[in-house]
Amino acid sequence: MSRIQITFQQLQAAGRKALIPFITAGDPDGELTVPLMRSLVAGGADIIELGVPFSDPMADGPVIQRSSERALVKGMTLFRVLDIVRAFRSEDTLTPVVLMGYANPIEAMGQSVFVDLARQAGVDGVLVVDYPPEECAEFTANLRAAGLDQIFLLAPTSSEQRFRDVARAGSGYLYYVSLKGVTGAARLDFDEIACRIPRIRDVAKMPVGVGFGISDAEIAKRVGEVADAVVIGSRIVQEIEASPRERACANVETFTRGIRIALDELVGAHS
Amino acid sequence: MVKKYSLPDAQGHFGPYGGIFVAETLVPALEELRVAFEACRQDASFVGEFEHELRHYVGRPSPIYHARRLSEKLGGAQILLKREDLNHTGSHKINNCIGQALLAKRMGKLRVIAETGAGQHGVATATVAARFGFKCVVYMGTEDMERQAANVYRMKLLGAAVVPVESGSKTLKDALNEAMRDWVTNVSDTFYIIGTVAGPHPYPMMVRDFQTVIGRECLTQMTEGFGRQPDRVIACVGGGSNAMGIFYPYIPHEDVRLVGVEAAGEGIRTGRHAAPLTSNARAGVLHGNRTYLMQDGNGQVIETHSISAGLDYPGVGPEHAWLKDSGRVEYVAVTDEEALDAFHTLCRFEGILPALESAHALAQAMKIAPALACDKLLLVCLSGRGDKDMHTVAERSGIQF
Repeated sequence: MSRIQITFQQLQAAGRKALIPFITAGDPDGELTVPLMRSLVAGGADIIELGVPFSDPMADGPVIQRSSERALVKGMTLFRVLDIVRAFRSEDTLTPVVLMGYANPIEAMGQSVFVDLARQAGVDGVLVVDYPPEECAEFTANLRAAGLDQIFLLAPTSSEQRFRDVARAGSGYLYYVSLKGVTGAARLDFDEIACRIPRIRDVAKMPVGVGFGISDAEIAKRVGEVADAVVIGSRIVQEIEASPRERACANVETFTRGIRIALDELVGAHS
Repeated sequence: MVKKYSLPDAQGHFGPYGGIFVAETLVPALEELRVAFEACRQDASFVGEFEHELRHYVGRPSPIYHARRLSEKLGGAQILLKREDLNHTGSHKINNCIGQALLAKRMGKLRVIAETGAGQHGVATATVAARFGFKCVVYMGTEDMERQAANVYRMKLLGAAVVPVESGSKTLKDALNEAMRDWVTNVSDTFYIIGTVAGPHPYPMMVRDFQTVIGRECLTQMTEGFGRQPDRVIACVGGGSNAMGIFYPYIPHEDVRLVGVEAAGEGIRTGRHAAPLTSNARAGVLHGNRTYLMQDGNGQVIETHSISAGLDYPGVGPEHAWLKDSGRVEYVAVTDEEALDAFHTLCRFEGILPALESAHALAQAMKIAPALACDKLLLVCLSGRGDKDMHTVAERSGIQF
């Protein structure tokens, strides 16, 4: 069983929801990324999505675009992202790490080289935004053989048949994009989410996380009522952007804890 | 010699290139588009309407003009110009825009968006939006807006909103990113009119198919006017839509050499160019497809350089990547200086101002013509007119308006 599956199993046994924060590796600089990951865990994160910066982040809104640019200016690369995961893993053997990014840096490294190095570094899952299942069958097989989970996106525009097809390729959890748009937008449709998530879970037989546009504890809690996991990216990246470097970790931890507390208010609410 | 060629496959692949590399939200939208396009291309009334618009609104067929004075000056092969510059809006871009606008109308979309580099595609999109009554938003890098200020104003006159793009290199690729972000946000009521043979499937195929009117006309016009097909067909390649449009009908004609001309900028060796094919860039994934892509060792897309905003793009249409590998098309590159020289020469010898993009194709023809016999025919796709570039050319010559 993968570290991601174990995490979800434990949470489900306790009736709790997974909190999955996202930060961009190397933002504001490479030295601060491991301390930030530690702060996320201290604040109550269950899984960390670590963004691999890319020059052309087509699916991201301005906040994560800027974080990507800051990281690239400081020289962040996919190799260095893996170093960061290795460093984090040396002191935290429990918290799953999912790399999230775009296809081209992985293709430049070579898919199979990447899978090997990611496994060695202690990566647990990979989400490649611009790899729909049809375009990455070999990559999917490589990841599976290495024991890594591949997380796929589902969208409000996806059909039920699509749920099935994507679920067959993915493992770990599915990431439901809660709105039509880029990361950090703010037009959540709760009714839509409440209607879709149970159906996806029925078909997929794996946990479903919801992300894109979740910006505060109140929204996180409402999403947590129906989803297995809540993903928060832009809002945390914003916290890093707005903080003086020496305050970034403390502010991120405080923000994360606020979400954690809100999500834990749901414990037992469904019994 | 006529040989069968039927790419892309059902998933939009040209060999290892092309495909659909997009975030999940767009997958259903692309499928909807593919189905709608398949239906329309087999629908006689759609085809009829497309041809009617091309004839009466665009002004097709565009002539093939024999540049006799230029050919005489060069003292070798005869240079023939396919005059896409004479189309309404001044370039080949309108062919594709008419096609996609008709498709948008059939799909019931009320809003169209586009990216633009030189502004030609933006102008063509704004034009069809006005013609068919769509709301129109055009994304343009701020660096290009500066280089092409007149086209920005033209788009505004036509009723389009021009949105400046500040991210990344502030040029065509960033405008494309931003248009994709708009599309993913407004996917239910918006049609994204991509201007070149790039992007996710079905765009490379669809844009090619709408542009093949260029090459199909040439097949007929060459027979009628010159009694035979040309020895070589030469076209500039940024994303590569005018080139695909003129090459595609010639692919089965194996005795016709096809030459794609990329932007060598300040020279391939300087690294400041926009020539992924000629510089042997590695394949990568950008803007929804796999193709040859200018990138650093870590897979980050690098900034490109060309005097011509329309060629200033780090990738290239996936079918060109395939045609390079297959050897059917040869790809070369022409520097800023060579393109400028061709620009001035055509002005002086033929009274035609070519777009700086098209001047790249012309420069290649001028390079090879002198060494060829005078009964050889070089057909150059003059993809657009150069009025939009007067500012750039004047600046290079140290002239201020």
